[in-house]
Amino acid sequence: MTGQRQKRVIEHNPPRDFKSRFMRWEFLLLALFFGVVIMNANMSPNFLVAHHLFTNINTFLVRGLVALTMTYCLLMGEIDLSVGSIVVFAATTLGIVFNATGSVFLGMVTALVVGGLCGAFNGLILIKFKELHSMIVTLGTMILFRGLAERILGAEATGGMRSVTWFANLFDARIGPVPYFFIFFCALAAAFAFVMHRTTFGRHMFAIGANRTAAEYAGINVSKTRLKVFALSGLICGVSAIMFASWTGSIRSNVGEGYEIEAIAMCVLGGMSTAGGKGSLPGVLIAIFTVGLLQFGMSLMNVNPQTVRIIIGALLIIVVTMQNIRRIIGKKITQVKA
Amino acid sequence: MSVGLRKILRSREFSLFLVLVVLCIVIQSRNPQFLTATVIDSILRNYSYTILMATGMLMVLLVGGIDISVGSTLALSGMTSALLMRHGVIESAFLAYMVSLGVGILCGLMVGLVITKGKVLPIIASLGFMYVFRGMTFFISGGQWVGMQHLLPEFRAFSQGAALGISNLLWITIVVYILVFIMLGWTRTGRQIYAVGSNPEAAMVSGIRSDNIKLFVYAFNGALAGISGAMFVGFYASAQNNSAMGLELDIIAACVIGGVSLKGGQGTIPGVLLGALMIAVINRSLSLTGIDPFWQQALKGAVILIAVTTNILVQRRATRLSLARREI
Repeated sequence: MTGQRQKRVIEHNPPRDFKSRFMRWEFLLLALFFGVVIMNANMSPNFLVAHHLFTNINTFLVRGLVALTMTYCLLMGEIDLSVGSIVVFAATTLGIVFNATGSVFLGMVTALVVGGLCGAFNGLILIKFKELHSMIVTLGTMILFRGLAERILGAEATGGMRSVTWFANLFDARIGPVPYFFIFFCALAAAFAFVMHRTTFGRHMFAIGANRTAAEYAGINVSKTRLKVFALSGLICGVSAIMFASWTGSIRSNVGEGYEIEAIAMCVLGGMSTAGGKGSLPGVLIAIFTVGLLQFGMSLMNVNPQTVRIIIGALLIIVVTMQNIRRIIGKKITQVKA
Repeated sequence: MSVGLRKILRSREFSLFLVLVVLCIVIQSRNPQFLTATVIDSILRNYSYTILMATGMLMVLLVGGIDISVGSTLALSGMTSALLMRHGVIESAFLAYMVSLGVGILCGLMVGLVITKGKVLPIIASLGFMYVFRGMTFFISGGQWVGMQHLLPEFRAFSQGAALGISNLLWITIVVYILVFIMLGWTRTGRQIYAVGSNPEAAMVSGIRSDNIKLFVYAFNGALAGISGAMFVGFYASAQNNSAMGLELDIIAACVIGGVSLKGGQGTIPGVLLGALMIAVINRSLSLTGIDPFWQQALKGAVILIAVTTNILVQRRATRLSLARREI
């Protein structure tokens, strides 16, 4: 009896019988994912060529990195709209430092530092002004950081870092068909999943997302956790900026536009709630690949990007509505049984 | 000092008003051309739709929701009436406005239905529809834009015309502000909107149909975005696929600067008006001050951050003062 009650209280650790496992969100997502893969493979013979496939996976993983940290933000009931702007700002400083000193390593360090500082800036404002919603603070910094990048770059572009072979290889180099970046991403995602689901820090994030006041009374240092998560978010945006620079070798002030929306869409599709306290990282991971491969498949079929936009928007709405209807029906069934 | 006056001086709107005045003085000192009738008229004309749509967003925020699809709704409704004009289906300016209004209401209703009946969180639902409406705009227009020559002369003349020295577009905005002001303060629906936002459970227990109120609010917000679509097309004399991208952020910023809480139940029409004016002034007049145009975005971000944080500081001080008075 006590055991049962405990299971119900800890929501992110659902009962382990077969049926409820099968009905878990991640499974439905996985079905969706395979649906996309099979559809793509049928439509275009070029889809399952390992080389192309991994090239494309690499390009959407640059955005997928941002979705990983967005997961943490959403988990705490926060939102970070400034991610795209941090990416462009960090990438800009990378380009500027590279062109000034000739050392791409220094540029990379700068990008990481700038990213981390931008994230920490968000976090600091948020913990100093607890009344403010993270949406409005990051909306302000979103305009601010992109504005700073615009100020530095003007209408010009900065670039040339792909001439350094090892830097270009960050994105390009592979073991067989598998890019190093792909392996790096998987390792990072595993680390993120471990921290979120198996450590005290992860538990704290769940607790803060579920009820911030209760978490504070329970002795969790809410401010410190929020600061850490936002700084981490900035840092990962710095990594994303490095990968973007390594991929394209040229940075304009419109880099990273719309990353925030796409990252949020991926997270939500992956079962995160923007209200906080719910979700799982594996779900987000599947969603990143589903959305990415869907876009890739559509481009193989020459569907224009606008139609892709409609499809992704509609998918988001339908999927989330379905999820809720499932929950409502499930609740009714248990009520009838009781 | 009378109680009424003291109340006004302590209000959130008054501190915001002071910030706006200071901003205007700074700009005026850098460029004496700023506070002239022509410049003010051009600011208001250019941002009439932003100011207008802020009222719709206010109501959505009041019920504890958010709608980030309004920019796309504006583009879709404007494009619909522009395309119908090109094909000669619409033959009067009034009809063009009505078609845009209708499309806007439909869009708003769809967002509202998914939120109330599908129980989807507002930000997620409107995020999805943001994609869908924008995609539909591209889809119906075939990726092309409708140029000036295809629009009715009467339609363009209305947008650029003026009555009693005030632009027609501004008249629409003024009328809507007065209507919403009266509705929020003195009608049953208006009070129910506040009730649903400030305490959903209490509202439900007291017999308010929250879902209907929310549906109404989203439809109303869509309607304003629809009218704005027609205004936008008329004012810029063309309908484009990517028009008003990112407008939703400006509008939400206007509301938040104006003291509207994202948690619902808190916010007033005068506050939103001041917030929207502030956004309009920042957007429009930084170029008048002779600042490097590439600084403008960064400055705008900084001003938004400073405005919201100062507001918090002022509020904290006000709360402390009133607490101190109560102890005596």
